[in-house]
Amino acid sequence: MATFLLRRLGLMILTLWILSLIVFFAGQILPGDPARATLGPFAAPSAVKALDAQLGVNRPLLTRYLSWIGGLLHGNLGTSYEYRSAVEPFVRAALINSIKLALLAFVIVVPLAIIGGVIAALYAGRAADRVISVAGLALSTVPEFVSGVVLIVIFGVELKVLPVTASAGANASDFQQFRHLILPAIPLVLVLFGYIARMARAGTIEALNSDYTRTAILKGLPRWTAIRRHVLRNSLLPTITVIATQTGYLIGGLVVVETLFNYQGLGNLIFQAAVHKDFAMLEAGVLIIGAVYVLATLIADLLLTWLNPRLRLGGAE
Amino acid sequence: MSGLLQPPVEPSGALPAEPAGSAGSLGMTTGYLGATAATAVAAASRAKPTATVWRLLLRRTAFWVGAGIVLFWIVCAIFGHAFAPYSPLTQQLLFTNAAPSSAHWFGTDGLGRDVLSRVITGSRDILIITPLATILGTILGTILGLAMGYFGGVFDLIAGRIVEAFLALPIVIIAFLFIVALGPSTGTLIIVIGLVFTPLIARTVRAAAQVERQQDYVAASRLFGEGPVRVMFSEILPNVVPAILVEFTVRLGYAIFAVATLSFLGFGITPPTPDWGADIYANYIGLLSGYWWQTLFPALAIASLVIAVILIADSIEQVLAS
Repeated sequence: MATFLLRRLGLMILTLWILSLIVFFAGQILPGDPARATLGPFAAPSAVKALDAQLGVNRPLLTRYLSWIGGLLHGNLGTSYEYRSAVEPFVRAALINSIKLALLAFVIVVPLAIIGGVIAALYAGRAADRVISVAGLALSTVPEFVSGVVLIVIFGVELKVLPVTASAGANASDFQQFRHLILPAIPLVLVLFGYIARMARAGTIEALNSDYTRTAILKGLPRWTAIRRHVLRNSLLPTITVIATQTGYLIGGLVVVETLFNYQGLGNLIFQAAVHKDFAMLEAGVLIIGAVYVLATLIADLLLTWLNPRLRLGGAE
Repeated sequence: MSGLLQPPVEPSGALPAEPAGSAGSLGMTTGYLGATAATAVAAASRAKPTATVWRLLLRRTAFWVGAGIVLFWIVCAIFGHAFAPYSPLTQQLLFTNAAPSSAHWFGTDGLGRDVLSRVITGSRDILIITPLATILGTILGTILGLAMGYFGGVFDLIAGRIVEAFLALPIVIIAFLFIVALGPSTGTLIIVIGLVFTPLIARTVRAAAQVERQQDYVAASRLFGEGPVRVMFSEILPNVVPAILVEFTVRLGYAIFAVATLSFLGFGITPPTPDWGADIYANYIGLLSGYWWQTLFPALAIASLVIAVILIADSIEQVLAS
């Protein structure tokens, strides 16, 4: 058990380190001079040089990587080239906004998708299953801005029942802000539904075909009791993993939804940073998303170990 | 797929059983060891000749519907400029933001361009980019996945970590990071999306190849003195082709998702070339003024294309796994 956890932790740190390499070097190959981008095409070359020195972008690559990673370990995410102030407050505010939106999407999608997946599994191969499975898969490939546009047209423009921007304004009440987040959350729900439902379906089918379920049925348990006590308990375990790993997508894949609905979240922050070539902001934002993903995966692993005695008691691994 | 078909769970902390179709899309993934269903497809379809697969496929309504829609858009992509009612680039500045009418079935956009004509001709670039990108990703992913599954050990561990690190980021974000660096062009889009898909496809192929490696025929051919490359490509590859085929069609759907999204964000196909994603970006502000036709019709076009591809992918998976 302890070695299992240590191993997972070690792998997590390794993944994060590789991620930091990818993010840093992807940021470095971006063309253009940050100081030039900040100061504009008419700035004097000496001013550009001075700002380059101030931002530290004229140092050798390895030095910059080491100082960047050193800063990260001390909780310093870097200095924005565009705003020339610390990146951290921007990232923090954006992260909080994104978490609100993501949380709402999760609260809607998780129960829906689990119910959908379990129904599909119980009627595997029949009409209900085909409809849920194919619709789920199809919806998960429809880009969020496509479903978002359709939703805006229906609920915002034609029926006029929901606001079409995600921000309710600075001094809006919590309820107003909540109303503004409903429409942006639905495209995320549609994309996520297919994944989680598919996982719940696969897990349930596997549990239905297992020896312990057959035993439960053969010993005369009513069908629903067998399903509740034996099937669901086991089938929903893998679903936890898929739900956790979707967090990374949710926080990051918000780029489109946040742009369409004009919401100041992490996705929008990264998008704007990429457009303005604000590398420090871009690197910090992307790394946060990666960290959230890796952390969510770890939490899922811990949760599974805790819920599954076979793993907890050291049977596996 | 039936649970009975699923091979034993791999001995590791991660969990098994991710349906082939769902194996991670835009950065969404389960643990790195997934795609059990792909191996189920591989195992079930080994004995099935191509003619049988086609016969079963043609019996499915979903396949016909999907193929019909895709064919329609291919015709539009090739001949669209000939039969579109107007030129997609001609601006009628006295006739902007016009609602759908008999002259302009889908209305006109903010520059007075005919929306129907732009929707018809907008299929071209996306239908060139997505298949090429998916083919590139499938080839690279197959090579990487076969090697990881076959060699295992340290190579698998290191490659697996790199794959995992890439999977931690949403595909759209990796893609636009590189597109900002390289500048948007058709070639860049194909290469970037192909490279981003490589680890996803590698993961599926690896899982399938690991199952195959346990089979007697692999041990036999090794005893026969065949080298690793030969065993991987002449012995294992033919048996994982069905799994790769399913992965390819599903991935094609996600490639459309990715290209449309990148175009929407301004990192894909650039105006004034007609393109569904870019047209939605150019006009979505108009939604607030009630000009719904400028964005709704391109949106429905994207939705119809991805759903059609998914219907085909699902039919193939059903047939191969049955």
